[in-house]
Amino acid sequence: MADTNKKTLLLSTVLFIALLVVPAILPRFYTYIIASIFVTALLAMSLNLVVGYGGLYQFHHCAFYGVSAYTVALLITKAHVPYWVAFGAGPIAGAIVGYLIGWFCVRLSKLYFGMLQISLGSLIWALAFRWYSLTGGDDGIHGIPVPDFISSTKSSYYFILIVLTISLILMYIIIKSPFGTTLQATRDNPERCEAVGINVRKHQLVALVISTFFAGVSGVLYVILEQSVFPDLLFWVLSLEVFIMCLLGGWFTFAGPIIGAAMMVSLRTFVGVYTEYWTLVLGVLLILLIFFLPEGIMGFFLEKFGAKAPTEDHGGQH
Amino acid sequence: MEAAHAVTFAALGSHLLVGLSRAMILFIVSSGLSFVLGVLRVPNVAHGSLYMIGAFSAYTVFTAVGGQTGFWLALVLAPLVVAAVSFVAERSLFCRLYEREHLMLLLFTFALMLILDDLVKIIWGADYRSIMAPDYFKGSVNIFGSSFPKYNLFLLAAGPVVAVGLWLFTNRTKIGKIARAAAVDREMVGAVGINVSWVFAFAFVLGCFLAGLGGALVAPTVSITLGMDHDIIIEAFLIVTIGGLGNMWGAMVGSLIFGITQSFGVLLWPQFAIVFPYAAVVIVLLARPTGLLKSVW
Repeated sequence: MADTNKKTLLLSTVLFIALLVVPAILPRFYTYIIASIFVTALLAMSLNLVVGYGGLYQFHHCAFYGVSAYTVALLITKAHVPYWVAFGAGPIAGAIVGYLIGWFCVRLSKLYFGMLQISLGSLIWALAFRWYSLTGGDDGIHGIPVPDFISSTKSSYYFILIVLTISLILMYIIIKSPFGTTLQATRDNPERCEAVGINVRKHQLVALVISTFFAGVSGVLYVILEQSVFPDLLFWVLSLEVFIMCLLGGWFTFAGPIIGAAMMVSLRTFVGVYTEYWTLVLGVLLILLIFFLPEGIMGFFLEKFGAKAPTEDHGGQH
Repeated sequence: MEAAHAVTFAALGSHLLVGLSRAMILFIVSSGLSFVLGVLRVPNVAHGSLYMIGAFSAYTVFTAVGGQTGFWLALVLAPLVVAAVSFVAERSLFCRLYEREHLMLLLFTFALMLILDDLVKIIWGADYRSIMAPDYFKGSVNIFGSSFPKYNLFLLAAGPVVAVGLWLFTNRTKIGKIARAAAVDREMVGAVGINVSWVFAFAFVLGCFLAGLGGALVAPTVSITLGMDHDIIIEAFLIVTIGGLGNMWGAMVGSLIFGITQSFGVLLWPQFAIVFPYAAVVIVLLARPTGLLKSVW
C-alpha cells in the first residue's frame, strides 16, 4: 500500500514538472488547450466530490461554476472592484448559491434531488439569459480585463496550473479527512449512518458547499483563460457533460474525472478539427466504453496496472 | 375603463388557450418520457433528440408528398420512423445493459443523444425548416374576443385523445397491463414467465413513439432546427418529476402547470417569462417533493 502511494506521489511530481515545462516547448494553441483541460478538470473534480464520494445526484453543477464566472465578470466590468476581490468573490458566490440550493436539495432523495437542482439551476440560467441590461443576455460579456501578469496564454497557464494543484491537494486532504470518510459512509449506507448518530443531510450539505466552492474556483479560472462569459456556462447541457466526464474517467477514483475532462476537451478540439461531427465520435466512443470499460478509463488502468483494484474503493456498499 | 378591462380578459383568455395547447405538446412528449421512466427506470436523455427526429421526419414526408395528404401522412409516418430508430437502438445495444449499473443506462442514453443529434445534422443540415398545416387549420378563430390559431385548437384536441388512448392501452390491453406490472415489480413479472426484456423494448419504443408524435405535431408551429431538443428535454424531465415519476396523469398535470405558467409569464413579464415555469416547478417540489400524483417508483 505504502509502495503504491509512493509511486503515485512520484508520478504526480513528474507529471507536475512536465506540465511546468510544457508551455516552453509547445505552440501557444496547445498551451491554451491544456489550460482549458485544467479548468474543466477542476470542475469535474469538484463535481466528483459530491457525485463519487457523496453519492448525490448533482445534476446541475455548472450553475455554481457559471455563477462564479458571472460574479467575477460583473464585478470587474460593472463594479470595477480590484481584481483580487473579484477573484475571491467568485468562489464565495458559488458556495453561497451552493448552500442556498443545497439546503433545499438535501431534503430530497436521489433523482428528486437532481431534478430540483436542475430547476433551480435553470432559474439562474434563465435570469442570466434574459437579463440583457446586466448580463448581456445570450451574447454574454466579452473582453473582461484581467491583471497583466496573467493576461497572456502562457502566464495564465501557469496561474491555472498552480491554482489547480493547490485545489487538488486540498480536495485530496478533504477526502482523506474524517469528514471525507464519513461522507463516503453516508453514500454507502445512509440508514446505518443515521442510526449511529451521523447527521447525513448536514454532511451532504457541507460536501455540496465545498464542491460548489471549487466549482467557483474553476469558474474564476475560466474567466482568466477566456476573458469572457456567456449563458452556456450555466446551461444544463454543460452540467450533463461534466457529469459524464466523471463517469467516463471513473468516478470511484480520485484522478478519474481529470482523465474524463482531458478526454472530452481533447476530443472536442482535435476531432473537431477534422470533422464537425465530433459529438458523433464521442457518442460512439462512449458506447464502446460502456461495453468494454465499465469502470471508466482510470478504473480500467488501476485494475490492470495498479496494486489496488477500484472495486475495493467502494467495497461494502451493498 | 371598460375597454381596458375587456382587453385584459381577452388577453387572459387567449394566453390561457395558448398555454393549454403548449401543454398538450408537452404532455405528449413527457408522457412518453414518463412511460420509459416508469417501466425501465431510466431517464432517457435522448428523448429530446427523438422528438427532434420526429419533427424533421415530418418535414421530409411533408415536402415529399405535399399538401393536405402530406401533412396527415407526416403525422402518421414521423412517429413510426422514431419508433423504428429507437427499436434498433434498444435491441442492438440498450437491451444488453439492463443488468448493469443504473448510471450506465443514463450514460448510454447520453451517448445515444450525441449520436442522434449529429445524425440529424448529417441528414438534414443546420438550416431552419418549416411545414404547413392544411388550409382548414390556417387562420384563426375568435374566442374570448381575441383571435386564436386554429391549429392550436387541433392540438387541444390531440392531447386528450393521446391521453385517453394511452390510458385505454395501459389499462385495457394485456401488453399494457404487463408493462404496468413490470413498472411496479419487474422480478415478479419475470417470475411468472414473461420475457421482461421484450416488455422493456416495447415500453421504450412506445415512449419514443410519443416523442416522435410530439415532434410531428409541433412541427407546423415552430421552425424545425437543430437544438430544438435541448429545451424540450429539460422541460419534459421537470414535468415528469413534478407530476410523479411514471404517472401518466401526473405528466398531464405537470404539463398544464408548465404550459400555463409559461404563457401567463409572457403576459405578466415578457422578458422573464421563461423564469415562471421553473419557479412553479421549484414551488411544487418544495411542497410535494415526490410529485403531485403518486409515483410508480
